[in-house]
Amino acid sequence: MSIPTPTSGRGAARRRALIGRTVFAAPGLIYITIFMTIPILLVLVYSFFQRGRFGGIVWEFTLENYVRAFEPVYLQVFSNSLVIAGTTTVLALLIGYPTAYAIAKLPTRWRTVALVLVVLPFWTNFLIRTYAWIILLNSEGPINSSLVDAGIISAPIGFLYTPGAVIVGLVYAYLPLVILPVYASIERLDRQLIEAAGNLGASRARAFFDVTLPLTLPGVMIGAIFVFVPSLGNFVIPELLGGGKTVMVGNLIRDQFLEARDWPFGAVLALFVITLLVVLFALQAAISRRINGTGKRVSSRA
Amino acid sequence: MTLETPLLSISGVSKAYGDVVALDNVSLDIRQNEFFALLGPSGCGKTTLLRSIAGFEDPDAGTITILGSESTTPINLLSLPPNKRPVNLMFQSYALFPHMNVRKNIMYGLQREGLSKEEIAQRVDEVLITTGLTDKAAVRPAQLSGGQRQRVALARAIVKRPRLLLLDEPLSALDRKVRAEMQIELKRLQHEVGITFVVVTHDQEEAMSMADRIAVMHEGRVQQIADPVTLYAQPANVFVADFIGSGSLLHGVANQGSFSAYGSTFPCHNPDQIAGDAVLVLRPEEVRITAAAPTDNPLMVGSIIETHFYGGSSSTTVRVAGVDHPIVASHPGAPQYIVGDQVGLSWNPQSAVLLQVQP
Amino acid sequence: MHKIGWLRVPLVATYAFLYIPIAVLVVMSFNASKNPFNWAGFSTKWYSALFDNELIRQGFINTMIVAVGATILATILGTLLAIGVARYFRSAVVEAYSLAPAIIPDLVLAIGLLAFFALIGVTLSLFSVLLAHVVFGMAFVSAVVIARIGQTDSSLEEASRDLGASATTTFFRITLPSLAPGIIAGALLVFTLSLDEFVVAYFTDGPSTPTLPIVIYSMVRFGVTPEINALAALLLLVSFTIVISAQRITRLTDAV
Repeated sequence: MSIPTPTSGRGAARRRALIGRTVFAAPGLIYITIFMTIPILLVLVYSFFQRGRFGGIVWEFTLENYVRAFEPVYLQVFSNSLVIAGTTTVLALLIGYPTAYAIAKLPTRWRTVALVLVVLPFWTNFLIRTYAWIILLNSEGPINSSLVDAGIISAPIGFLYTPGAVIVGLVYAYLPLVILPVYASIERLDRQLIEAAGNLGASRARAFFDVTLPLTLPGVMIGAIFVFVPSLGNFVIPELLGGGKTVMVGNLIRDQFLEARDWPFGAVLALFVITLLVVLFALQAAISRRINGTGKRVSSRA
Repeated sequence: MTLETPLLSISGVSKAYGDVVALDNVSLDIRQNEFFALLGPSGCGKTTLLRSIAGFEDPDAGTITILGSESTTPINLLSLPPNKRPVNLMFQSYALFPHMNVRKNIMYGLQREGLSKEEIAQRVDEVLITTGLTDKAAVRPAQLSGGQRQRVALARAIVKRPRLLLLDEPLSALDRKVRAEMQIELKRLQHEVGITFVVVTHDQEEAMSMADRIAVMHEGRVQQIADPVTLYAQPANVFVADFIGSGSLLHGVANQGSFSAYGSTFPCHNPDQIAGDAVLVLRPEEVRITAAAPTDNPLMVGSIIETHFYGGSSSTTVRVAGVDHPIVASHPGAPQYIVGDQVGLSWNPQSAVLLQVQP
Repeated sequence: MHKIGWLRVPLVATYAFLYIPIAVLVVMSFNASKNPFNWAGFSTKWYSALFDNELIRQGFINTMIVAVGATILATILGTLLAIGVARYFRSAVVEAYSLAPAIIPDLVLAIGLLAFFALIGVTLSLFSVLLAHVVFGMAFVSAVVIARIGQTDSSLEEASRDLGASATTTFFRITLPSLAPGIIAGALLVFTLSLDEFVVAYFTDGPSTPTLPIVIYSMVRFGVTPEINALAALLLLVSFTIVISAQRITRLTDAV
């Protein structure tokens, strides 16, 4: 900027931005477009066509796939999935919120350690974490044997292959994804607001429900979405811990693509998950705006 | 002089964070309906003291008592949690609840007292008028200007009719012009609502122009408590003299009723009260500039190194050979000399205070 | 603020919940008994059994091919993307788009890619898994590097240009070194992600070249095998080491 150039400053800046965008951003953005956006649009397109006799697609327009999603057997799977994913989300929040709150109250040097300990399991192999629960919940496993040894129960309980086992597995898998955004929102909260509530006569509990909770709601919602949507789409945990008895939307999608070979119907089910994700994020953004009383969205990225 | 019991009485309060002493045996009394300022540089302990009164810090030692509204026996403040203290705080950041509109922010404290809906509505309406916020009642804090936010913070605190209102750097977040307006506004409000104000500030002009009395704090200790004029004219020690107002300090020795520095003897107000190392405080407006000729009887002679003209007045900076700091003189009108001129300096001995340097 | 009090209870309970299952696996991996529920003394025989298992060995090699390839590609593309987005676009929409692959449910991405590869006639193989892993790996690298850019001073680059360096010199001598911690941390994260990734690989991999997670899946489906315990312990060790190194290099918790 120090050396005046003959071209106008704005023109030069615009050209530099254009070169920067082309050299740096374009390869990545094109890659994402080819390997994420186009495949998802393809799913959308497939949902309007007919299945081939041996898999694949017959290019004849139809809405039949959407109609089929409303058959009672599938509605049952939807409601079942929503209940299980919902229960998982509520449990994860009930465990995650106090944990995030406690981490935010730790002395600064311990906070980083505490957060790393939270994310560490998330970065390890997901199948292995699920497998651990097969061992734990097994009728011969450590939980049952210690309960029997302690005389609390006389015979082992069949924890495994129940909806409860699926929920435990899902909570275990996604708990870190709740704790991080909730922690971020608690840490960002101006502690003077809580002092102000106290100064105006609110008890600690009152201040929590009047100030802390509403102002951390955007973070809570992000955490809830991060648990709820992947739970719906998870097919491994229902299979391994639910023994195939608990069928979730994820199992249905997997089966349509890999076993039944009905891709168009699988596409409709996948669109259900994507639509839910988009709607929930839009809801989160709207609520976040409302809470902060501003026109612009306050950063909510975890 | 009345002998009435002070509203707030702070006695022997100390607080340390590890090795850092924030408050060191602080004692002071605040009277009913006064506008009191806690003044000092950052880290002097004034905010810790304020937060101790509000209940957000627990002093290690000492007592803080306040006179109840009905009883004449003081209440021990330190035994109460923050939400039970008859004291309200206006936070430096204002700490307005972003998810509530102006009216709800102001109502919040009254709702906690369990008042009836009618009374709450009436008191909120009143305070909205007092602070000129009636047409902003339904607006969220994010949509207000800095000055308006400050009014909301103030309204939210005074609507509770506290015995004592604490204000933490109330004007620091405002730009210059709004600050001057709010200074007047705060003073007006204090008269109007009849609440005792305690302001914490690092800005001496702010404290001097608003407060009835000021406690100057430094390194966790109260250096002096006095009204603004006394603080300026009769500082209790070198720190106060240096912190309050501007001026030149001459370092020297007081001995048997005379003060000598840099090889000369200088007249001053109180040489006989001080012995040993001492500092002479010369306020710019008390220093007169004369010709350098011996017939004018100058106390010092030096050369001008800088002049500034501010419109109504000017200041002249003079370097005197052998004196480590230049001496500043201010006077009405335009500068009468130019840089490089040799001039004489003199002052009225009654206006030059001599202070003992602490060993 | 620093009074934790009763909040210690949820804190301890959460860490117990998160780590007891992992600890049980590790302990079991040293169990001499074939029945994983009866402790029959300390043994490392499952670790040796693991190294003799041809399926696992081949799966490991396949996984390493994908992980190394995906890490290199995703790191290059993700770093460039982060610089482009943070310095030249400054648009929330473009930033959200470049991070979207990290947020989109894996199953949706997996079936989309399966349909896409089928449509354009790409035979499913390790290469198609690699292409798939790059897309979300790149988003994670971008997230970490964008966070890093937010912490660095852009006037450093202007100063370099002002002192006479060309755009290329400035990029290699100033930009890249100042972003290095973020880039390395991002690369380490992509490597662990790819190493452990199952769902996308399951849909985009060819039948003759299963990656390690696919091998694990087929083993776990048929019940409890002691070798899995040993493998689990080793994979945990690898992931923990990598993630902790990444954390030490940059504050990864800011970018998950």
